[in-house]
Amino acid sequence: MNGAAASAGAAIEVEGLTKRFGGRAVVDDFSIRVPPGTIFGFLGPNGSGKTTTIRLICGLLRADGGRGTCLGHDIMTESARIKARIGYMTQAFSLYADLTVRENLDFMARLHRVPRPREAVERALALHDLKGRANQLAGELSGGWKQHLALAAAAIHEPDLLLLDEPTAGIDPKTRRDFWDHIRELADNGVTVLVSTHYMDEAVQCDRIAFIAWGKKLIDAPTGEVAARVGLTTWRVEGDDLHALQRDLSGRPGIDQIARFGDSLRVSGRDAGALAAAIAPLRDDGRHRWRQVETGLEDAFIFLMAGVEDNFR
Amino acid sequence: MNGPFSLARVAAILRKEFTQMRRDRLTFAMMIGIPMMQLMLFGYAINTDPRHLPTAVELRDDGPATRAILYALENSDFFAVTDQVTHGGEARDAIVRAEAQFVVTVPENFERDLMRGTRPQLLLDADATDPVASSAATGAFAQIVASAVAPLLEGTALEGDLPDPAVETVIHRRYNPAGRTAVNVVPGLLGIILTMTMTLMTSIALTREIERGTLETLLATPARPAEVMAGKIAPFVMVGLVQTALMLGLAHLLFRVPFTGGSLAFGLSVGLFILVNLSIGFLFSTLARNQMQAMQLTFFFFLPSVLLSGFVFPFAGMPAWAQVIGQGLPNTHFIRIVRAVMLKAADLPDIVQPLLSLAAILVVVATLAVLRYRRTLD
Ligand SMILES: Nc1ncnc2c1ncn2[C@@H]1O[C@H](COP(=O)(O)OP(=O)(O)OP(=O)(O)O)[C@@H](O)[C@H]1O
Ligand SMILES: [Mg+2]
Repeated sequence: MNGAAASAGAAIEVEGLTKRFGGRAVVDDFSIRVPPGTIFGFLGPNGSGKTTTIRLICGLLRADGGRGTCLGHDIMTESARIKARIGYMTQAFSLYADLTVRENLDFMARLHRVPRPREAVERALALHDLKGRANQLAGELSGGWKQHLALAAAAIHEPDLLLLDEPTAGIDPKTRRDFWDHIRELADNGVTVLVSTHYMDEAVQCDRIAFIAWGKKLIDAPTGEVAARVGLTTWRVEGDDLHALQRDLSGRPGIDQIARFGDSLRVSGRDAGALAAAIAPLRDDGRHRWRQVETGLEDAFIFLMAGVEDNFR
Repeated sequence: MNGPFSLARVAAILRKEFTQMRRDRLTFAMMIGIPMMQLMLFGYAINTDPRHLPTAVELRDDGPATRAILYALENSDFFAVTDQVTHGGEARDAIVRAEAQFVVTVPENFERDLMRGTRPQLLLDADATDPVASSAATGAFAQIVASAVAPLLEGTALEGDLPDPAVETVIHRRYNPAGRTAVNVVPGLLGIILTMTMTLMTSIALTREIERGTLETLLATPARPAEVMAGKIAPFVMVGLVQTALMLGLAHLLFRVPFTGGSLAFGLSVGLFILVNLSIGFLFSTLARNQMQAMQLTFFFFLPSVLLSGFVFPFAGMPAWAQVIGQGLPNTHFIRIVRAVMLKAADLPDIVQPLLSLAAILVVVATLAVLRYRRTLD
């Protein structure tokens, strides 16, 4: 990968990136560094600026401030070079509904001047299990297959960097797994992947995660460390009538978050001592089983999101 | 509360439509702009009874009678003497290039023959390709000449024996002696049809991509603006050429419209004209935000292309400001070329001027279009 060498250690490196729409900063003093070959996750509530940031990085939007490089090229002045080496899968399906699957792939391959485009298309069809649907119009595919096609199209020219904007939104769990197998495979071959998602089971598959809210980056850490960074202590409760328990617990000092996960409650707090004190009266009532557990990614994100809403008010 | 017909629901829909209309500024502007433009064009610019038509004179004689005639021609409002030519070839060129609508030839010994009462001829060559433009003036010519010379002959010795009229006016209707409108209209129609289809087809080229969301994908590829433009325009060049061939064939078979000029000159002009219109369409495509706006822009452009290009109404009869606008329309130049080549046996040297005008418009429009092409989504 000569591209990785040229970018001297970072596939994406941006600093102080700012984008305003009508005076409102949608991306605000945003900095990240994405090492080559990693899967980098973008998480954040709706409207937090994930899509806008991705568009800034690939030169689809012009930044109002900041600087940065993508694959070693300046994002302000060299977007043409960047576009040649990235694959961008948009949040909304944006291929040609009135072209067949094969025609769409062929078009993208030729725009990128892929050598021997026909062979590249056949390879992509096989890789993404699209062979049986090659002659179907893209507009008539089901939602999941549209996403498969979009990924195949974004990757047809073997880009060094893939930007995937919520690639699995609205897709069934099995298909999502297949999708992530593809993404992993690409990353193993040295492709850097920047992916935005709202799914925790996908977030854990990322090597590194940035949590974004109101255009600002709140957390940027290796996936395994995110929960620890948030600094929560968590207890898991099982037993009868969790709903009443939840009502009982809520509002007690020391308890910052109560979240229902299936047939259990997870009770979290920033101060381990205060949390322990808050739940002490209830721990031995015999109706529930209490156990301290490791704070999960999902606990952390729910906590972050709640904090974001507070900030906004 | 779900009765058969609810005025409240109608009001809700009405309100929504108005809100959408208000958001779509360009459409709103067009709804105001198009009727205003039509009013201006029909009210002021269009003159089916054109005056001050450009006239060249070839003087092989000079004297009081000649001068009286020229003065009377100018005074009649039908003719405006714009040029003097010295031999017949120049006169022909002036008409082929549409620089003159008429050429008046005063023959040798005109003054002497007039005074001798031998009834000299006065020749009026008229460009009859557009019968509407020339008919009123040719009709009045004999009368104007007769009244011009009458005072000079008054009181001369010959007065009683003078032939009536004293001057024989000869009118040559060139290029369309029978004055058939089809001969004039069909070549003009070629320009109109190419303008309409070529601009319309490309004007939705980019807006369609915006509406369907595919522009985001297209912009994320390394495709350059000029590449996108060339790729979107090229297929329609073929369409335009097929249309032209069809029109020419039908014009010949159904209306017996002649084709007298050079085919290379013709082919070159058609190709250039198609490119100009496609570029204009592409420019509209970069200005409009949706297909509806693109079509309205096309229509906005189409109106003057029909009315101010000399297609329906004689160019020479339009006021100066309308002629300036007309000069900026590719159709004006194309119609001149097509009429010259098909009807007046013109070849390349005769149409250099309008060809250059078309090329200049192409350069300006294509440059604007490539500059306007959005490289980003903002
Ligand atoms: N073209 C635009 N004009 C004006 N505002 C915009 C534009 N594009 C995005 N925004 C605003 O910028 C903010 C961030 O939008 P963005 O699409 O980047 O969010 P996101 O994080 O991708 O959200 P989601 O998870 O819903 O996809 C939103 O408030 C949105 O309304
Ligand atoms: Mg988004």
